[in-house]
Amino acid sequence: MPLDEEELYQEHILDHYEDPFHRGNLPTATHAHEDNNPLCGDVIRIELELGPDGKIRDAYFTGQGCVISQASASMLLEKLQGKTVEEAKQFSANDMLELYGPRLTPNRQKCCLLSWKVLQSAVHSPIARNV
Amino acid sequence: MWPIPNAKFAMTNPSSVIFMSSVAGIDSSKLLPASLREDFPILEQLVHGDHPLVFLDNAASTQRPRQVIDVLRRVYEHDYANVHRGIHTLSERSTEQYEAAREKVRAFIGAEKSLEIVFTSGSTAGINLVARSWGDANIKAGDEILVTTMEHHSNLVPWQQLTERSGAILKHIPITDDGELVLDALDSLLTKRTKLVAVASVSNVLGTINPVREIARRAHAAGAVVLVDAAQSVPHVPTNVRELGADFLAFSGHKMLGPTGIGVLYGREELLDAMPAFLGGGSMINRVWPDRFTPAELPAKFEAGTPPIAPAIALGAAIDYLNLIGLEKIQQHEHELCRYAYERLLEVDGLRILGPPPDRRAGLVSFTLPEPHPHDIAQLLDEEGIAVRAGHHCAWPLHDRLGIPASTRASFYLYNTAAEVDALAECVAKIRDRFRPRGRKRAPKPA
Repeated sequence: MPLDEEELYQEHILDHYEDPFHRGNLPTATHAHEDNNPLCGDVIRIELELGPDGKIRDAYFTGQGCVISQASASMLLEKLQGKTVEEAKQFSANDMLELYGPRLTPNRQKCCLLSWKVLQSAVHSPIARNV
Repeated sequence: MWPIPNAKFAMTNPSSVIFMSSVAGIDSSKLLPASLREDFPILEQLVHGDHPLVFLDNAASTQRPRQVIDVLRRVYEHDYANVHRGIHTLSERSTEQYEAAREKVRAFIGAEKSLEIVFTSGSTAGINLVARSWGDANIKAGDEILVTTMEHHSNLVPWQQLTERSGAILKHIPITDDGELVLDALDSLLTKRTKLVAVASVSNVLGTINPVREIARRAHAAGAVVLVDAAQSVPHVPTNVRELGADFLAFSGHKMLGPTGIGVLYGREELLDAMPAFLGGGSMINRVWPDRFTPAELPAKFEAGTPPIAPAIALGAAIDYLNLIGLEKIQQHEHELCRYAYERLLEVDGLRILGPPPDRRAGLVSFTLPEPHPHDIAQLLDEEGIAVRAGHHCAWPLHDRLGIPASTRASFYLYNTAAEVDALAECVAKIRDRFRPRGRKRAPKPA
């Protein structure tokens, strides 16, 4: 198995896979979204606590799927925790692929971009609460 | 031939022990000659550098032998024109070969008449044809359609759509944890309201060989019609629609050495005859007036538009090839590879094989590992030149039932070898080791 820049499973990615950033639920979440990749069934749910100052105060994810889909979710939340919603919206698909690192084929890009897609929807998806 | 040793010799001679233990290896006398791989030009290549291609994704789609590719080329270079229309040489040649292919299909699946063979674009198209034409004409609100938990989406979603249109009820024959149908449940599931039982002859994930004949017998006793999704069985085992008791049976050409875009729907004449036409257009009419039409005779009634002419003729060539090798021999070959794969893969600790034991399964093996995910397994196998399929294999409800998000599937055909099974098992073992949890820690986030 080759170990160069084309290597999909670089050590820092495996680190995120085995020791993910904020995997779990967020009881204080104000916003959340979940989606899956119909091709393979990978699923990601992201829960966010957005502050009145427009910042992502906290972010957690849950999900099931391949190393790429799960590690990329961890990397994305670690990157955007504490940033503003505006900054999150400006974080593009290309930024996500760049953050991940290794070059991905179009099919595997979908795995990497699942959490990014879910996050882009989550910031617009307030949780309905019964008062 | 091995001399038959006397009892004393067998107990004391070490060589006889080795002979006995070789039972747990591969029995190459059951395999087809590897030389037939020379008929498949695509298999000769190296991928990702110097890795010989190991193609184990045959349940998704198989490769084609030169004999089939040559027929496609010959048709397009010499004989091609539209069928059933032109009064000219090429049209007559194409028509003759197209209808000859239909006759080959008829004989291959033991149908009574070639007008019971409808060319479609594949299994999915055939099943949808039945759902739209037969289903819309015969299924009413409150009627019941019976499927199984292990169906491919192509034999599930068309029935879900039919229940949406009609108000009928969809029921499922459950499966055991080993991936076999709970036949005991069948009698209580079959009621006077059951109009259709739609079942796969072989599961594309579990490899389970379903007792279609028994299901059909009981379904018919309850007055239901039986549709068999035979996409995973017609390419691999001898099929006789009349012995099976199938009223409808659908399969695809590309899973049996033929081209894509060609498939077959078999239907009993009496049923096809009573069904309304499905797609409207050219070829499927007898006479058209400004405001109405009368449909053509079978099978043209269900073949609107220009059909996949060259693919149909090439499917005939694929059937010739399969007949030349012999379906029984192909079945034996795949079974031996599958049994060996089962044995080798179970050497990998933590590996779980889905479905029944080898003696009750067809030539494919789906499995899961504790780590990593099937997609990663497939990716890493590909780096070693091994093509497998990973995901839910278009059987999402089955994976939900088994409590897993996805699986990795290796599926065999007549050109696969024992050495390829060894390559698969060894690579899977390496992947398992590489992804074993190691107490890794993320680097602290840069400030």
